[in-house]
Amino acid sequence: MTDRADLQPPGVLAAAWLVVRKDLAIEYRTRTAFLSAVVFSILGLTIFYFAWDQSVVAPGDRAPGVLWVVLTFSALLGLQRSFGIEEHDRGIDALLVSPISRESIYLGKAIGNLAFLSAVQLVAIPALVLFYNLRLGQPLLIVSGIVFLAMLGIVAVGTLFSAMAVNTRLAELLLPMLSLPFFVPILMNAAQAGARVFAGRPMSESLAELKILIAFDIVFIIACTLAFPFTLEE
Amino acid sequence: MTSSSFSRSSPPAALVDRPVIDWVLLVAIASVAAVYVRAIAFTPIEARQGAVQKLYYLHFPTALGAYIAVGVTALTSIVFLWLHDERADRLAEASAEVGAMFLLVVMAMGSIWAHVIWGTWWAWWDPRLSLTLFLWFVVIAYLVLRGAIEDPAQRGRYSAVLGILGALLIPFIHLSVYFTDAHLHPMPIVAKPDKPSLPPEMLLTFLLSFAAFTLLTVALIRARYRIGVQRDLLAAMDESGGGA
Repeated sequence: MTDRADLQPPGVLAAAWLVVRKDLAIEYRTRTAFLSAVVFSILGLTIFYFAWDQSVVAPGDRAPGVLWVVLTFSALLGLQRSFGIEEHDRGIDALLVSPISRESIYLGKAIGNLAFLSAVQLVAIPALVLFYNLRLGQPLLIVSGIVFLAMLGIVAVGTLFSAMAVNTRLAELLLPMLSLPFFVPILMNAAQAGARVFAGRPMSESLAELKILIAFDIVFIIACTLAFPFTLEE
Repeated sequence: MTSSSFSRSSPPAALVDRPVIDWVLLVAIASVAAVYVRAIAFTPIEARQGAVQKLYYLHFPTALGAYIAVGVTALTSIVFLWLHDERADRLAEASAEVGAMFLLVVMAMGSIWAHVIWGTWWAWWDPRLSLTLFLWFVVIAYLVLRGAIEDPAQRGRYSAVLGILGALLIPFIHLSVYFTDAHLHPMPIVAKPDKPSLPPEMLLTFLLSFAAFTLLTVALIRARYRIGVQRDLLAAMDESGGGA
């Protein structure tokens, strides 16, 4: 017989970690979402290269914009899957009856999405540097930091909307419609700060944008964690 | 539909007792029309902008109406999650639809005005225009979400969550769009610290238009709310009628 002491339900963060491990294990074994998001990102980079007149806008000037467009849409691909995989065989029911809080499910899903999106960017950003002939160095590191701040907000909002969208008639059509308006302030600030850093201007010029970005992350991580239980079936 | 639906002797009283004419809405429409007669025929033409300035009497009050409607949606979303009262959900739905329409009117009027005064239909550099557009996207997403869910309780919870998050989003959009230095949008004329700097006829037309459009907003939300009540009653009748 199992020791009764082992049957204590895990704490909020420990439970969230279990959800992260479950999702990453599924992704590691199938690799379907990761590969499609990576291929999508690289295809996006190449298509956007030819979407402008080469002689008018230099590739280096286009790179920051392309980075944000590709990031946004590859994020939507990953977010779609986050709760999509739970719909098969009603895996979400198993999560709901397990002795973990609903906040843990949300945090676990969100951290899993952040890991997924970070892994995609680890391929996409080097590809951007390669295709658009960007210089390696400090600006690129700072922009990667801004990308991370932007991803926090995208994942916080997107994870909640992914949970909502899968339970509607429109399913995958609804997620972009719900998420993109919320990504607007993230992308506006991240893109402006990023473009300035790429142009070699000092960080101090972009502090206001970064503050808005950080405030957005904090507000929406808290709000979405609190709102998530309302999106589950009673 | 089964035959039992037709053989029912009397429908519920609430469906019958509804007055056929919505007087509040009629009065609201009439007062908007009256304000417009006054604005076009009995208010002086602005010296520098010319006749296109008369769009202000439509642009400002519809913006006010849109803000009222969107504010009601946000508030009733909180009330719904708190009390689970279906009336709050219906009111949120009604005011979101009215808000979406008014926001569209605000942008259309602003766009026509901008074409004459700024020489462009759309100005991304104008923060208020961008803010209105993004707010409209959120309201449209809210309405699409409502349309995509069948179960009333689930629809209520989901749309209330979106309503509250949307309210949280507005300050962030506001901060983001106001970062540009260009403030092309006309600055306050009426609500400024010292005396309003416009002729008394114009001021009166403005105040009347605000009153008329506030009434119209309330009347439209009320009318839409009552459609929601009828629809829910009908759905309830269908459900009970099918089993009888």
